[in-house]
Amino acid sequence: MTENFVTFTVNGEARRIRVFPRTTLLDALRWQLDLTGTKKCCAEGECGACTVLLDGRAVNSCLVLAIEVDQATVLTIEGLETAGRLSRLQDAFLAEGAIQCGFCIPGMVMAAHALLAEMPRPTEADVREGLSGNLCRCAGYQRIVGAVLAAADGARS
Amino acid sequence: MNGDRVGASVRRVGGHERVTGQQKFVGDIRLDDMLHVKLVTVDCAHARILSINSEHARALPGVRDVVSAADLPNPMPRFGPIYQDRPVLAAAQTRFHGEPVAADIAQTEQSGEEAAGLFKVRYDELPAVTTIAAALDPSMPLVQDPEFRTGPHAKTNLLSEWRFGWGETETPAADQVLDNTYTFPMVTHFAIEPHCFLAAPDQGGVTVWSAVQHPFVLQQVIARLLDLPLAKVRVHAPDPGGAFGGKQHAKYEPLLALLAVRLGRPVRLELTLGETFQAVRRTAFEIRLRSGFASDGTLCFQDAECNALVGAYADIAPRVVSKACYLMCGPYRVPSARIHARALLSHTPPATAFRGFGTPQVAWALESQMDEAARRLGIDRLEIRLKNLARPGEQFIPGDKPADGNWPEALRRAAEEIGWETPVAPGRGRGIAVGVKASATTGASYAIVRLHFDGSATVLAATSDMGQGARTVLAQVAAQELGIGVDQVRIVMGDTAIVPFDLQTSASRSVVFMGTAVLAACGDIHAKLQAMACEAFGLPPESVKVTPGMVRVPSRKLTFAELLSEAFAGVRGEVIGVGSRRGERIASHPLGGPPAFYEFSCTACEVEVDRETGEVLIVKHVSVADVGKALNPAQARSQDEGAAVMGLGHSLMEHLILDERGRILNLGALDYRVPTTKDMPLEMRSLLVENGDGPGPYGSKGAGEGGLFGVAPALAGAVADAAGVVIRELPLTPERIWDAIRSEPPRTGPGSSPESCEPSL
Repeated sequence: MTENFVTFTVNGEARRIRVFPRTTLLDALRWQLDLTGTKKCCAEGECGACTVLLDGRAVNSCLVLAIEVDQATVLTIEGLETAGRLSRLQDAFLAEGAIQCGFCIPGMVMAAHALLAEMPRPTEADVREGLSGNLCRCAGYQRIVGAVLAAADGARS
Repeated sequence: MNGDRVGASVRRVGGHERVTGQQKFVGDIRLDDMLHVKLVTVDCAHARILSINSEHARALPGVRDVVSAADLPNPMPRFGPIYQDRPVLAAAQTRFHGEPVAADIAQTEQSGEEAAGLFKVRYDELPAVTTIAAALDPSMPLVQDPEFRTGPHAKTNLLSEWRFGWGETETPAADQVLDNTYTFPMVTHFAIEPHCFLAAPDQGGVTVWSAVQHPFVLQQVIARLLDLPLAKVRVHAPDPGGAFGGKQHAKYEPLLALLAVRLGRPVRLELTLGETFQAVRRTAFEIRLRSGFASDGTLCFQDAECNALVGAYADIAPRVVSKACYLMCGPYRVPSARIHARALLSHTPPATAFRGFGTPQVAWALESQMDEAARRLGIDRLEIRLKNLARPGEQFIPGDKPADGNWPEALRRAAEEIGWETPVAPGRGRGIAVGVKASATTGASYAIVRLHFDGSATVLAATSDMGQGARTVLAQVAAQELGIGVDQVRIVMGDTAIVPFDLQTSASRSVVFMGTAVLAACGDIHAKLQAMACEAFGLPPESVKVTPGMVRVPSRKLTFAELLSEAFAGVRGEVIGVGSRRGERIASHPLGGPPAFYEFSCTACEVEVDRETGEVLIVKHVSVADVGKALNPAQARSQDEGAAVMGLGHSLMEHLILDERGRILNLGALDYRVPTTKDMPLEMRSLLVENGDGPGPYGSKGAGEGGLFGVAPALAGAVADAAGVVIRELPLTPERIWDAIRSEPPRTGPGSSPESCEPSL
């Protein structure tokens, strides 16, 4: 199989990697860049565990080929902290007790991050709709939705 | 600091790692020189293997090795927690869809996957046993080779059976006798973290990584298979990314350990989600329940015929069946009970534990039957339960542990919260149900607490923190007893070479068993500190008083750190406390011992049924858990809420669908639906009952499973209340509800008493 070089920005850092045509963005992140915060579960775009932001848009990284991200900007869970400080959203997940096993959490947080970027003051129904592509089998949805609402603009902090 | 202690909703220990992506789950571990394993399967459940040609797979660049049964020890090593019946690789035949017949070992996952497709397996497909009826049919093939079984049933598909009961042997008189059959299908755990295993040769032995709930049980399995001393088998058990019972026992760790030794290199196997579904699943039940009631609703007798469809290999399923069916009569007093339970082998993936350990299955039958009795007798569904529910201290199973909680109080709180006595809106209905589970009986947990000379502490405890938050509550117990903050405590888990023995993380046992062990280890530290103070200050024991964090001697008060600094002087050191809690086996008890506590839970809900589509909207869901004492109320509630929503899954949408060849048709997230944010009740409440009446630290009981027990019967009861149809087969899919509505004359309104869909006695 032919290998190709891909240059893209990951969490603010320019990276160049060699990928096979069928390498997914998910596998490239996990295996080539050692960014294992992005999780693999269904590998068919149904569970949302592998959600990252591609040019600001939430995508299932298992459905994106690594060669597609040439020149693009990718944000993963590892890139959410700034100067060692948690984002407001991350902190809200902790404060609301929204984390159980934690395996879905990176994808959940990234999906919520994208949701809040697009819709800074969502209603509860918006959040339920916006996160419906992210499965949590511990089923901590109640507190996850609460955390996103708590992190939204205008929420009491 | 005091805000960190027991009873406070401390933030989850390990939460920061999980919200930043730093938490290392087993699939995130990379070992130098690691090779990748891929399993090879055939596309049916039951097959006789004729030949396996791996020539093309072996020739693929990047493939290092290929193995089938012929390459492994002969006879094929077998393992299992009750019976050693599961082969490392299928030898002459496969017994369930997805059972591997071979494996390749390659340099990358991709080449391994490609190679797996190049194996040529010739096989004869054989008829598969996939239902209870087929398992009971003597003309169907035997699932297991009788040579490997003992006892009178070796030449049948009956794996094991139990008879429990008390009271009159003849069926006692009753005013109303109900006879109904309830079914609960196979469902899958669907932890978001699929199974992943690693193994590597290590110091003349082997090290295995697996997100397993019982690392010490796995250690024993591997040691026996490789004929190694326990000390030469190290199991790393990183925190599971969800387990729910599906990660209790060995699956492909034995294969990985054999391959690591064979190749002299680390090997890794990550299952796809589909393969994870095929690895283990929940035990399916069909329960025929005959119940007798007096006209005032008093239970006269229960007569239960429980058939459980387990898989091709026993795993822990026989224990699921016996333990759940022992409590077939639930938390009610009943003068006469006959329970016959059978575990039936089938050509399906091994059945195992699943959150609730069979209790949701038996509660589905029992609580649906209680509703039926209420409707027949014209008694309120809450009232009939309160009438029969065991009172605190009442021995509801003769000779066994009495009711250890105020269960009527919990039920009343659920009823009150759902507004049971208030009128229900048109098109809506309400349901209510209870459930009780026998918690852990036997088993041992050991803990070591190291008090460092600065007063901080490291706790070694082998509980698996799989989402229930064990790290947090164990840290809270240690913090409480040592008078420090949770941020001064490190919890070390999941490494059999470092942490002391713990039998298992299951049955909601960890707060009671491991919590007590940590408490005892802290007590041991207190005793040692007292002895140190006596020696350091030349005082008799009665002059030194140790309280959490403080040592009082006649002249002064010292913190633990100050005492250690004085006693150790310049050389330094630490104080090591050891604690344990054991539940010994009692041969005469049907379960091997009485439960340490009962996990009791109530569910109440209000639903709206769309008569045109059969869809159920849950307007409000209430869950009440009797936890004795919530060491961390936020975590206790979040466990209960999660259990409730997980319960919505098996109640409304989940079931593994098999074709006649035993192939699972819905392997994966596309075709197997689990609850999402959009399936959540519009409103959810989780209430805790805290009467301090548990055997764990500070009066605590285990929690985290109860929220599932009553979900299905409460929902079915609410659907019956709203739409006038009674359904006795799970899940309550829109299709099933719509069908039932269509075939019933629509003469019942909300809150009325629907007739049964099935002929009744």
